[in-house]
Amino acid sequence: MFIMIETLLWLVGYQLAGELISRTFSLPLPGPVLGMLLLFLTLVARKSIPDSLRLNVPRFLSHLSLLFIPAGAAVLAYRDVLAGFGWQLLVVLSASTVLTLLLPGVLLKLLLARRHHKEQA
Amino acid sequence: MNLDAAQAVMRSSPLTGVFVTLLAYKLAVLFNRRCKGHPLSNPVLIGVLLVLGWLLLTGTGYRDYMKGAQMIQMLLGPATVALAVPLYSNLSRLKRAAGPLAICIVLGSFTGIVSAVGVGWLLDLPHQVLLSLTTRAVTTPIAMSVSQGVGGIPELSAMFVILSGIFGAVIVKPLFSVLGLADDMVLGTATGLSAHGIGTARVFQLSEVAGAFSGLAMGLNGLLTAILVPLLAPLLH
Repeated sequence: MFIMIETLLWLVGYQLAGELISRTFSLPLPGPVLGMLLLFLTLVARKSIPDSLRLNVPRFLSHLSLLFIPAGAAVLAYRDVLAGFGWQLLVVLSASTVLTLLLPGVLLKLLLARRHHKEQA
Repeated sequence: MNLDAAQAVMRSSPLTGVFVTLLAYKLAVLFNRRCKGHPLSNPVLIGVLLVLGWLLLTGTGYRDYMKGAQMIQMLLGPATVALAVPLYSNLSRLKRAAGPLAICIVLGSFTGIVSAVGVGWLLDLPHQVLLSLTTRAVTTPIAMSVSQGVGGIPELSAMFVILSGIFGAVIVKPLFSVLGLADDMVLGTATGLSAHGIGTARVFQLSEVAGAFSGLAMGLNGLLTAILVPLLAPLLH
């Protein structure tokens, strides 16, 4: 139980720090994303992961899907707007999602393969 | 017996929203296992459909539901922060591939913005909808604030983000398997760029490495998009 509290102290603390910095300096990043970068830098600096985070974070993140269900249900509130554009929106969203998966994916694969090839040569 | 009072509690207590969301998720995960993890049995997709079914069946409005459900949604903040941990676990991989990753994340950021606006423009969508599409590929809080800043409709942007996140989460595995792009780092980075948090949740089921790089790509893409969209949006006029 105590280790749960310690985990929350880390995560909420870094989110709060992120929110504070983001608001104070009017940064384009939301608090949680900034908090993630700050925690990452902290871990790099201390060269290890605290026990509470090492134990609890994988369990927490394995249920990340749960946290998106409320936002998904918002389609109910906006169904009229969405239905108004119907098929065009379906085409735009699916085409853009597939393109944004493929272009960087293929490029990364090629760059990594070239590097691997160089290392072996 | 006071059935009216009971009904009022069911409708207005925040507990109902919490309970319904947890139950929908639990059932969605069981269904996903039953389907042996088939992409179409994605827990976000099924969970959302179950909640929608319940809302329509009971005539509950989204606002009433959110009184409780927002407590679950609130955990997205700490969960985003938590993505730093798997990322740190992959520090050596990250260092080795830093150059290629940086190039691909920049390319992905441009692709995310230009592809959505471009296809929307070809299909003659109204100007304000095009502006709301600029942030399709990033996490919801960034999408809403950036979209509002350039004159889009924040709520519409949030819907675009969520719908494409679910679509990306469903499609990524079959798509990349067909194309032979099975590498965890490649799969994760592309998913984070195109399908942000919902995609990240999906690829964590596949591997921790994919999840770590998806979280990284999602964060950096959010930063780049927040910088790029205000610069690119005036070109639309």
